[in-house]
Amino acid sequence: MSESEYKLGIAQSLIGGGKVSRRDFIHLGLAAGLTVAAADRLFVSTARAEPMQGGFAKLGMAHGATTDSIDPAGYPDTFTQTAFSGSLSNSLTEVDAKGNVQPDLAESFETSDGAQTWAFKLRKGATFHNGKTVTADDVVTSLQYHMGKDTKSAAKSLLDSVADIKADGPETVVFTLKSGNADFPYIMSDYHLVIMPAKDGKADWASGVRTGAFVVENFQPGVSAKLKRNPNYFKNGKPYLDEVEFIAITDLAARMAALSTGEVDYIGRADLKTLGMLKRNPKVEIVEVTGYGHYTLPMNVTMAPFDNPDVRMALKWAINRQEIVDKIFLGHATVANDNPIAPAIKFAKDPQPQHSFDPEKAKHYLKKAGMENLKVDLSVADAAFAGAVDAASLIRETAAQCGIDVNVVREAEDAYWDNVWLKKPWCASYWSGRATADWMFTQAFAADSSWNESFWKNPHFNELLVQARAETDEAKRAAMYAEMQQLTHDDGGSIVLVFNNFVSAQSKKLAHGDVAPNWENDGLKMAERWWIATA
Amino acid sequence: MNPVARTVLQRLGLGLVTLFIVSIIIFSAIAMLPGDFAKATLGQSATPETVAAFQREIGIDRPPVERYFVWVAQMLHGDFGSSFASRTGYRRTVAEIIAPRLYNTMFLAAVTALIAVPLALGLGILAALYRNGWFDRLVNVATLTTISFPEFFVAYMLAYLVISRDTFIGSDFAQTLPHWLTVSLNWALNAVPKFPTLSNVNDQTPFWEHLWKVALPAITLTLVIVAHMMRMTRAAIINMLASPYIDMARLKGMSPMVIVLRHALPNAWAPIVTVVAFNLAYLIVGVVVVEVVFVYPGIGQLMVDAVKSRDVPVVQACALIFAATYILLNLLADIISIATNPRLLHPR
Repeated sequence: MSESEYKLGIAQSLIGGGKVSRRDFIHLGLAAGLTVAAADRLFVSTARAEPMQGGFAKLGMAHGATTDSIDPAGYPDTFTQTAFSGSLSNSLTEVDAKGNVQPDLAESFETSDGAQTWAFKLRKGATFHNGKTVTADDVVTSLQYHMGKDTKSAAKSLLDSVADIKADGPETVVFTLKSGNADFPYIMSDYHLVIMPAKDGKADWASGVRTGAFVVENFQPGVSAKLKRNPNYFKNGKPYLDEVEFIAITDLAARMAALSTGEVDYIGRADLKTLGMLKRNPKVEIVEVTGYGHYTLPMNVTMAPFDNPDVRMALKWAINRQEIVDKIFLGHATVANDNPIAPAIKFAKDPQPQHSFDPEKAKHYLKKAGMENLKVDLSVADAAFAGAVDAASLIRETAAQCGIDVNVVREAEDAYWDNVWLKKPWCASYWSGRATADWMFTQAFAADSSWNESFWKNPHFNELLVQARAETDEAKRAAMYAEMQQLTHDDGGSIVLVFNNFVSAQSKKLAHGDVAPNWENDGLKMAERWWIATA
Repeated sequence: MNPVARTVLQRLGLGLVTLFIVSIIIFSAIAMLPGDFAKATLGQSATPETVAAFQREIGIDRPPVERYFVWVAQMLHGDFGSSFASRTGYRRTVAEIIAPRLYNTMFLAAVTALIAVPLALGLGILAALYRNGWFDRLVNVATLTTISFPEFFVAYMLAYLVISRDTFIGSDFAQTLPHWLTVSLNWALNAVPKFPTLSNVNDQTPFWEHLWKVALPAITLTLVIVAHMMRMTRAAIINMLASPYIDMARLKGMSPMVIVLRHALPNAWAPIVTVVAFNLAYLIVGVVVVEVVFVYPGIGQLMVDAVKSRDVPVVQACALIFAATYILLNLLADIISIATNPRLLHPR
């Protein structure tokens, strides 16, 4: 290494702190034999890779309604989730960019007693925005807020498996579960389960005093939320930004326009149809993450004709998933295989064979079911997922070639989840996915789950679910989950069409590390994790 | 009793009756909507127990007739009630939710009206003055074109124009054009002020910034409403110009401008004012599309939001405000047409 190369190396390490100017760096680069353009590129990429302190980011969210509040019993969509769960608050754990669970407000967690008892040790010195130390009592009351008969929390069913929570001294919280669950720390990362200060034995959510990286400065429901940096945040150096403003821009075209004109630095859920035009803008880049979210077509297996597994199989072979990915999601999705566990999740296994469009196989299974042809209704609306109606039309075309007459019923978008989902025999549905196989299966496939959207009650599957949950031997668990995924693939009532990508777009001013796949907007924690690069 | 005062009182009384009937219609229409707030809020995560807990808290488990009378009684006391988004110990009144939105809507309507009404009247008078000439045709064609496009299209085109300021020169389209055309188009685009395409304002936005941010929505709405008012002005004046007393004025040798302004216009106010009132009402109750495109937090968006989430008290209050706006503006139009027309003032 020559002397100038050595100097360049040192200079590179100083860029992040802003100690070397662009001009000086290019001079050094020239001395080391780089061209001006190459040195400049190196400067920009290095500067973007090192987190920088300071700055104000405006983030355009795809949701936001006047009924939004900071109450963690709600948090219906990405606006409240990103602003109030991911930025204002912390849960006990979080999920990192690799999909692994990490301690957040907890410092560590350990289990005993066949994964039935879990002890979470709180981080020392973590305080609320008002300076109060976070104690085990705060954690207990915060979680109890989502439990019990009178709770209105959407996370109630998530905590059904918890038999008892108690504080063991000021820094340890002990959970006793009804049955063992080796993945319990993942559940504690849920965005509803944020820690709030206890006040008179009740969780105080209304004051907005939480533990997170940011403090609310101004919040207008359905319009915007402005948050400023919490100087006493317990994570070293974080957050990088001084201020963030979340702006509700529910209109797709308006969101794209706002990013193009630089009025916001980031938009969630970019418009796939005009993404090509946005890419031409030199100041903008696209971030695409294959998450856990997936689009399904659940069939009610308690109703004819879906009570016949061969009919279900015939339909699974009568759909051209690749065409749906290409034509409706314009390539921003991955073909799924009637298995709700995304490839990035631990214990995911692709069941064989891959279900694709095969009229011969579809006809074969139809014949096996004792039918020559079949007529079924498919109830859809774009409220289930954007593109559901178009996808159903494609399915009608391909199914017709298999002797299946799919009658596409276009339902009202309004109150879709109320009137269609879990009510109509075959409909469209959306899952944002869960971080573990157990969590996903327990919520959408377990026999006793109120969201078991296909009413599928396979005894062997449900036995395995309970066994695998408490099993601590990784190899045995993997085998059990593989078998369960095969069962949903072969026998299950849900057609899992595609895994959708999170497609967002941002100004090149913003920089970040690897993006977490568990939720949108970098696992909802973009405000804490992202920074503004100088270049 | 003064006939104007009597008419006004009569109209006010009728307005109140209308408002009462409207309140019944609003209430029953909303009661008939499928789904309810608890389920809409919880969405996919609604379970029977959480839904029941919600319904108990916001009181929609009680019979509808009882709820209607409670609502009307509250309204008569000036209390619009609480939004369903309220929680125990955290009351959000409908009034506090609606007030900033109503202010924003009024602000946009006022700005638009200040541009559009004088513009439409001026253009209408000039068009009547130079009727059937090239100016008349030009104005007619231009305003008819802008009114023929749906308002969201006009809004998106304006937003696109602002975006093209920066991106046009680098686009493929610009490369295919001859060089001189590209340069002059780019020059023209750069003459467009860099209006914000995002009109998000909040209660801390200073006045001038607010004004700057509503530029695009105001221009869009102006383009949409000018044609109606302008054509009515023109038609009403031309109609008057056929009357014998105008011929008299002409024979006296008065200039066309004086004839139109002094003789024709005063008698043409009635139809013009009616159309202006109609368009002003539209500016308050009908601009939801423009609000959505420019992300402007007005009352239209609030109502759509509230309908989606079944926040019934907010929907009811918005609907009543809209009804009251129509009734008041039409009343105002009637009064003005009576006051400017002696024949209506002293009916035989």
